[in-house]
Amino acid sequence: MSWRKIATPLIAILVFLALWEALVWAMGWPNYRMASPSDLGPAYTKYWELFLVNGWQTLWRTVVGLLLAVIVGTGIGMVMGFSRTMRDALYPLLVGFNAIPKATVVPIVALMFVGAHDFNTVLIAFMISFFPIAVSVSIGLSTLEPEYRDILRSLGASQSTVFWKIALPKTLPEFFGALKVAVTLAFIGTNLMEIVSPHGRGLGALFDSGKTNSDYPLMFAVLIALAVLGIVLYYVVVALEKIFAGWAERQPH
Amino acid sequence: MENLIEIKGVRHAYTTASGPLPVLDGLELAVPEGGFVAVVGPSGCGKSTLTRLIAGLMKPDEGEVWLHGARVTGPRATVGMAFQNPVLLEWRSILKNVMLPLEIVPTKSSRAEQEARARYLLDLVGLAGFEDKKPSELSGGMRQRASLCRALVHKPEVLILDEPFGALDAFTREDLWQTMHKVKQEEPFTGVLITHDLRESIFLADQVVVLSGRPARTQYVLDVPQTGPRDLDHLYTTEAAEMLAILRHQIEIAQGRAPADEVSA
Ligand SMILES: Nc1ncnc2c1ncn2[C@@H]1O[C@H](COP(=O)(O)OP(=O)(O)O)[C@@H](O)[C@H]1O
Ligand SMILES: [Mg+2]
Repeated sequence: MSWRKIATPLIAILVFLALWEALVWAMGWPNYRMASPSDLGPAYTKYWELFLVNGWQTLWRTVVGLLLAVIVGTGIGMVMGFSRTMRDALYPLLVGFNAIPKATVVPIVALMFVGAHDFNTVLIAFMISFFPIAVSVSIGLSTLEPEYRDILRSLGASQSTVFWKIALPKTLPEFFGALKVAVTLAFIGTNLMEIVSPHGRGLGALFDSGKTNSDYPLMFAVLIALAVLGIVLYYVVVALEKIFAGWAERQPH
Repeated sequence: MENLIEIKGVRHAYTTASGPLPVLDGLELAVPEGGFVAVVGPSGCGKSTLTRLIAGLMKPDEGEVWLHGARVTGPRATVGMAFQNPVLLEWRSILKNVMLPLEIVPTKSSRAEQEARARYLLDLVGLAGFEDKKPSELSGGMRQRASLCRALVHKPEVLILDEPFGALDAFTREDLWQTMHKVKQEEPFTGVLITHDLRESIFLADQVVVLSGRPARTQYVLDVPQTGPRDLDHLYTTEAAEMLAILRHQIEIAQGRAPADEVSA
C-alpha cells in the first residue's frame, strides 16, 4: 500500500475533526448540545477500561452474529440457487422478513429471551444481516452459465465437485459484496439490542449509561468508538475479499 | 470402418411450461474414427441438444447413442467439449485452466507430465508465453484457443465443439480454422463441430450434416473431398462455391424458405 493511500483518508479525518471543533466553538454550543472532539480525550482517558471491555463485547457478538449469517445465508442461498422451486417458495418469505424494521423486532426478542443478553444480541445481528448474503449466493449460483457445469459434468464430475471447483469460487465476488453490507448491518443490529436491553453490555449499553447520567462527552466518545470499530470490521472484510476474490478486480489497462 | 460415434433414430422432447417441445425427431449420425463431422442447421433446431446427448449429459427419449461400441448412458471422461462461450475460470491461470479436466479424469501421469502436456498444447495453438496469464488478460480468440486446449488435454476420444468460433470476428475466426488443421494433424481426434458458418463447415470437416428445422432430423449429408478446401484460397474455387451453394440451398429448405426437393436424404 502506498504512502498516499494511508495519508489521504487520515488527513480527511483530521480535517473533519477540526471542522467539528471549530463549529462547536463558533456556535458556542454547550456540552449537552454537542460535545467537541477536545472533550472526547478526557472521556476516553477516564473510561478507557470500560471502552475496552464493552468494545470487545460488541465486537465478538457482531462477529458471531455475522458468522451465523454467513453460514445460514450461504445455506439458504445454495438451496435457492440450485432449486428453482425453492427459490420461488423462499424468495417472498425472505423479502417479507427483511422488510420488517428490525427496530420493532428488537424489543420482541428482548422480551422473548429475557436475560439471555448475549444470545439476543447475536440473534439480532444475525437476523439483520443474513438476507443480503442469501440473495447474493442464490443469484450467483442460479446465474452460472450452464456451460461451466457441462465442462465438468461431461467428464463425470459430481454436483459437489462442480460446486467446489466452479460455482463457489465464481460466486465469491458477489458474496463479498454482500458481506460488506452485512457486516455493517450486523454491527447496527448488535448496537440496537445493546441500547434497548435493560442491563445490557457492549458499547451500546455504554452509550445508554452516558445518556442516563447526562454524560454527553461519553455519548459522543461512544459514537466515535463505534465508528472506528465499524471501519475496522469493514476493512477486515475488504482484506478478506482481496485475498479470496482479488482476481475479480479489473486490472487497469 | 468402425464408427466411433453412432446415433440411431434419436427422438427427444423437452418439457416446457407450454407442453412438450420436440427438438429431435429421427436423427441419424455416424462419425468414423478420426472423422470430423460438421453439423449445420437453423438456429434453435436442436444442435446443442445433440452435443449434450453425445456427451452423455442427457438421455434421449427414444433411440440410441453409441460411443466406441458402448451405449452412452451417462457422462464419460472420454469427451472434450468447447463452446461459443470459452467459460474459462477467471481465478485460475491459463495453464491451470487447461489442466482442469485432469483434476476430474483419473490419469496415471505425474503432475509434471500433466503440466508438460498442457504447455505443449498451449504451444501448439500459439499461446506459448501466456501460461501464467489470467483469462481476463487474453483476447477473445486467445481465450477460445485456451478453451480448445482444455478440451484436448485429457486425450478425449471425441471432441465436441458447439459453435466455438461463433462469437469471433472474421479474421480471428480464419486464424483459428488454420489452428484447427494444425491441431488435427498433431493431435488426431474424432470430432463433431456445430457451426452456423457454411464456409467453416467445408473448410474444417470431412462431412457436413444438415439438420432440418425443429424438430431436427438428418436432412442432408455432404461429403467434402479429402483434397480440400484446406487452405483459405481454396474457399474461393468453383468446387468450394458449388458445395456452398448446395449447403445454402439445404439450409433454405430446413428453414422452410424453399420447397424440399426429391433428392434430399
Ligand atoms: N433445457 C431445456 N428446456 C426446455 N427447452 C430447451 C432446453 N434446452 C433447449 N431448449 C429448446 O430446445 C430447442 C433446441 O435447443 P438447442 O439444442 O440449444 O438449439 P440450437 O443449438 O440448434 O440452437 C430450442 O428451441 C430451445 O429453446
Ligand atoms: Mg446451440
